[in-house]
Amino acid sequence: MANILVIAEHDNAALKPATLNAVTAAGKIGGDIHILVAGKGAQAAADAAAKVAGVAKVLLADDAAYEHQLPEDVAPLVVSLAKSGYGHVLAGATSMGKNLLPRVAALLDVAAISDITGVASADTFERPIYAGNAIATVQSSDAVKIITVRTTAFETAAAEGGSAAVETVAGAGAASLSRFVSAELTKSERPELTAARVVVSGGRGMQSGENFPLLEALADKLGAAVGASRAAVDAGFVPNDYQVGQTGKIVAPELYIAVGISGAIQHLAGMKDSKVIVAINKDEEAPIFQVADYGLVADLFKAVPELTAELDKR
Amino acid sequence: MKILCAVKRVVDYNVKIRVKTDQSGVETSNVKFSMNPFDEIAVEEAVRLKEAGTATEIVVVSIGPAQAQETLRTALAMGADRAILVQTDVETQPLAVAKVLKALVEKEAPGLVILGKQAIDDDCNQTGQMLAALLGWGQGTFASKVVPADGKVTVTREIDGGLETVELALPAVVTADLRLNEPRYASLPNIMKAKKKPLETVTPDSLGVDVTPRLTTLKVTEPAKRKAGVKVADVAALVDKLKNEARVI
Repeated sequence: MANILVIAEHDNAALKPATLNAVTAAGKIGGDIHILVAGKGAQAAADAAAKVAGVAKVLLADDAAYEHQLPEDVAPLVVSLAKSGYGHVLAGATSMGKNLLPRVAALLDVAAISDITGVASADTFERPIYAGNAIATVQSSDAVKIITVRTTAFETAAAEGGSAAVETVAGAGAASLSRFVSAELTKSERPELTAARVVVSGGRGMQSGENFPLLEALADKLGAAVGASRAAVDAGFVPNDYQVGQTGKIVAPELYIAVGISGAIQHLAGMKDSKVIVAINKDEEAPIFQVADYGLVADLFKAVPELTAELDKR
Repeated sequence: MKILCAVKRVVDYNVKIRVKTDQSGVETSNVKFSMNPFDEIAVEEAVRLKEAGTATEIVVVSIGPAQAQETLRTALAMGADRAILVQTDVETQPLAVAKVLKALVEKEAPGLVILGKQAIDDDCNQTGQMLAALLGWGQGTFASKVVPADGKVTVTREIDGGLETVELALPAVVTADLRLNEPRYASLPNIMKAKKKPLETVTPDSLGVDVTPRLTTLKVTEPAKRKAGVKVADVAALVDKLKNEARVI
C-alpha cells in the first residue's frame, strides 16, 4: 500500500489542529502516514508532528523560502515528494490547504478533491456540494489523490503517543513569484472558532458592533468562541474571519447558539452539523428555527443578558 | 493591461436545490440560473481597474453550455469589453477549466486573470490555483484588496486568523473573496449595449484541450436531515433543556 503524505499546517513553532484532523482522515484511507513540515526554523513543529499518534515519519524541509508557506514555493516541494511514491496527499481544508493543494494537483496533472467529509475507500470520497445541501460520492482514478479534509468531519488525532523519526528533506528554494508582505491577525482570548466546543454567533439582528459585547459576555460564561453571519461581517460589526458559512468557516461544535441570525442557506452550510443548535430570534418565521433543536422567540437584547445571568446563577 | 475574467453559470444562490431521486445529481431543469456570485465580484473588480485607468480591456470567458452566453452578456453589461464562450455540454471540472483558461491566456496574453474564489455549486475552490500552477504564475487567492502597480500586484487575502498581504509579480492570478467589492447592477441601457458587444464561441477541441471529467461522481444524495426541534417559552426553560436534556452546558 502506498504511503500517505499529510501537509502540516503550522506557525513554525507549533502544529495547527487541522493537521490532526487530516491525520485521522489519512488513517481511514490506510497506509503509512508521513507528515511534511515545510517552514523556517520549524524544528519545534516537526518535533510536535513526530509525537502525533499514528504517524510513521516526519519530513522536515527547513528553508527560508518556506517561512510563510507561500504556495508558489511549497507546491514544487510537495510535487517532488508526491512523485517519489505517495498515493495520497492530504491537508486540512483551511485557507492554507485550499490555497496550496489545487496548485499541487495541477502540477501533477491530477484532479483535486476538496473538503471531504467521508472516506468510502482509498479512491472514493464523500464531499458536500451546493452549500452542503447535497453529498457527492466521487471516485478518482488518478495515480495520486490530492485531498483537502473538512476538519469538523474527522476527530483530531492524539497529539501525544507517537514516536516518529524526523528526516530532513531538501527543498527547491524560492520560486520568486510571490513575496509575503504582512499579516494582520485578529487577536482573541477565546477558543479558536473551528475548534471550539461551544460557539455563540450573532447576525444582522445585533444591529451594531457595539452590541457584540453582549454575545462576548455570554461566550465567556460558556467558554465559547464568537462567530457571525455574513450580514454581521458585511455590516462591519466584526472582522471577516468570524464568518461562519459556505464561504466562511465550517464549524460543528457541541452547542451552537445563533442570535439574531435568520438562517440563510449559506449560513446553515457552515453550522448545521453542530450537535445542538439553539436559535434566539424575534421572528418566529425565521428559517433558523427549522434546524434549531431549541428555539426561543424573543428580543435578543432582553434574552441574551437574561441567559448570561441565568448561567451565572447555576 | 488586459484583464481576463472567468465566469460560471450556476444555480441561483437563493434556490433550495433538490437532489434527483435516481441519485445522479441535482435537479437543474426549470431552475433559475445566474452568474456565480464570486465571479460577479471578479468582473466588478476588473471594471473598477479599467475605470481607474489600470486596465485597458476586459475579456470575460465562460466554459459551459450554450446558455452560458447569458452569463457572459451579464458580464458585458457590467462593463466587460468582449466575451468568449468555450461551449461544451460535458460537466466542467476545475482541472479541465484551468486548462481551457490556460489556452485562452496564451492566446489573449492578459496581464492579470481574476476569478471567483469558488463556485457555489461544486464548492471546489480550485480553478484559480490550478490555472496559476499551469501558467507558472503567482496566485493571490481569497482576495479582499487588489492593487496593481509597477509590474506587481499587492493582494490582501482573507486567511483563517485574519488578513495576509502578499506581493505577486505580474502576470498573476487573483481569486475574489466576498469582501473585495460590491458588484454593480447592470442598467437597462448597458444591458442593451451589451447585446452588441462581441461574443465569440469556440470549442475545447479547437483549443486543444480535453475536458473529459477526471473524477467520477458515483452518486449524489441528500444530507442527513435534522429532526425538528422545540420552541421554549423563556430563558429559564432554555437553560433547563440545555442542562438536563441536551446536557451540553
